[in-house]
Amino acid sequence: MYTLTGLKLKNPAILAAGVLGTSGASLCRVVRVGRAGAVVTKSIGPLPKTGHPNPSMVKLDCGFLNAMGLPNPSYPDFLQELEFAKKNSDAPVIASIFGGTPSEFAEVAEGLLPAKPDAFELNVSCPHAEGYGAAIGSNPCIVEAVTAAVKDVVNVPVWVKLTPNVSDIASIGNAAESGGANAVVAINTVKGMAIDIESGYPVLGNRSGGLSGKAVKPVAVKCIYDLYTALEIPVIGVGGVSSWEDAVEMMMAGAAAVQVGSAVYDRVDIFSEISTGIEAFLKRKGYSDIKKIIGLAHEMV
Amino acid sequence: MLPLNATITHIIEESPLIRTFFFDHEFGDMEPGQFVMVWVRGVDEVPMGLSGKNSITVQKIGEATSKLFELKEGDSFGLRGPFGKGFTLPAKGEKVLLIAGGVGAVPLLPYAEAACAIGAEANTLIGARSSEYLLFEGRFEALGKVYISTDDGSKGVKGFAVDALRSLNLAAYDRIAVCGPERMMASVFSLLEERKVIEKTEFSLHRYFKCGIGVCGACCIDPSGLRVCKDGPVFSGVQLIGSELGKYSRDASGRRVKI
Repeated sequence: MYTLTGLKLKNPAILAAGVLGTSGASLCRVVRVGRAGAVVTKSIGPLPKTGHPNPSMVKLDCGFLNAMGLPNPSYPDFLQELEFAKKNSDAPVIASIFGGTPSEFAEVAEGLLPAKPDAFELNVSCPHAEGYGAAIGSNPCIVEAVTAAVKDVVNVPVWVKLTPNVSDIASIGNAAESGGANAVVAINTVKGMAIDIESGYPVLGNRSGGLSGKAVKPVAVKCIYDLYTALEIPVIGVGGVSSWEDAVEMMMAGAAAVQVGSAVYDRVDIFSEISTGIEAFLKRKGYSDIKKIIGLAHEMV
Repeated sequence: MLPLNATITHIIEESPLIRTFFFDHEFGDMEPGQFVMVWVRGVDEVPMGLSGKNSITVQKIGEATSKLFELKEGDSFGLRGPFGKGFTLPAKGEKVLLIAGGVGAVPLLPYAEAACAIGAEANTLIGARSSEYLLFEGRFEALGKVYISTDDGSKGVKGFAVDALRSLNLAAYDRIAVCGPERMMASVFSLLEERKVIEKTEFSLHRYFKCGIGVCGACCIDPSGLRVCKDGPVFSGVQLIGSELGKYSRDASGRRVKI
């Protein structure tokens, strides 16, 4: 059992936001079949959004490119999904939320409170939604204000998910910490684009989007490494984790736990595979506790 | 994979609103019941059942399909796939009943062809609003017996597919495959459940697809959480007992919409 910002997790591999998180039933399946240690919902906002036109996600040789456009039913309609997930899952359920202003973030968080999410994750990092996500998350003052606004209205842990598309992710992490965040989550996708050379059209319906998967793992490892140095609060690692080795690497950079997103493409039970792999690794290397490897790379000089 | 460029080689007008587009790429390993994502550049990308190794058969229904209908031979669109899980092929000597509603005949045609190639018997029940909308009637007839229902009675039994289904001896079949509009599939599902043959059935579902590759979760069904785009679109009847089939689906925003 792992403790992360006060939540009890059976497994340090968590389902990332925006992946298999549209319905309560899907979140439960990731816990039941995938054995995820916790699950994060699709990002939920103040109003229903249909998202960008398709194609919204394509597989590349080096990862995945997506521009979903924050499709979501709005918090009043998502309540029933969150309630279903809470009722039927034995793992913590974290509500990912977004808004355009600190007060919108607070409105959505308050609106979802009746379903009793175990924590909130603030999406200030989606790279392709105008006025939302990274538009907010690249400004430290707004990140601090958004975090503080949500902390004011909820009494559960608040995680802040950061974008790597900034010159200094540590300063954004500091802002989240100053706003009262209980953890930061790093990283969201890296800005990217693909063009269909037969026609000249950008492939994504939104023209550009965010890169995830294998290609972004080194970017994530560096961001986690820097955040671990800069912050007191835990860093949750995400970005290109598709094996237990990736998870261990992120933990050595400083991640207290990891999130897995695109890798569910290959197998939904990736979470149990990561957990079992980490356990076997700790045993083989003689580490008495997973804490021994968190941030280990910082000591190796 | 990035969308491949498919050039239209031939177009067949199947019925007033349905066309088959043949293209210059062959999906040699496609399973009947699998789908492709059809990218009408600059408009949208939508899932379409394969009616053959090198064809899609499309009903004009929204913005993307309307644009697709403006394309001529020599024009091209993007294609990704084939994706998802198709129908389970019968064994030699087995008897299969296909129940097709409207454009739902599309994935059932390659299934009937594959079944016959294996040495199974494939009979088809086709339901449509009127005789001119009956899809692939001749091609199904070339493969086995065909039963027909039309809403207006212009051919076959007057009524819905489920009305024609009532008079068939379902015990004679080893497998039953269904694809059509949700209300039609829900009524067929009820009858097959009532007749206690749900264990030998498979249904091809339609839901709004966002990513189409099993990652985003927009098409998951309740209460199993199975993904229509990856765990389906073909599900066994048993997987669908007590499901949202016929009750509601989710729109592009994820809001539940009554069927």
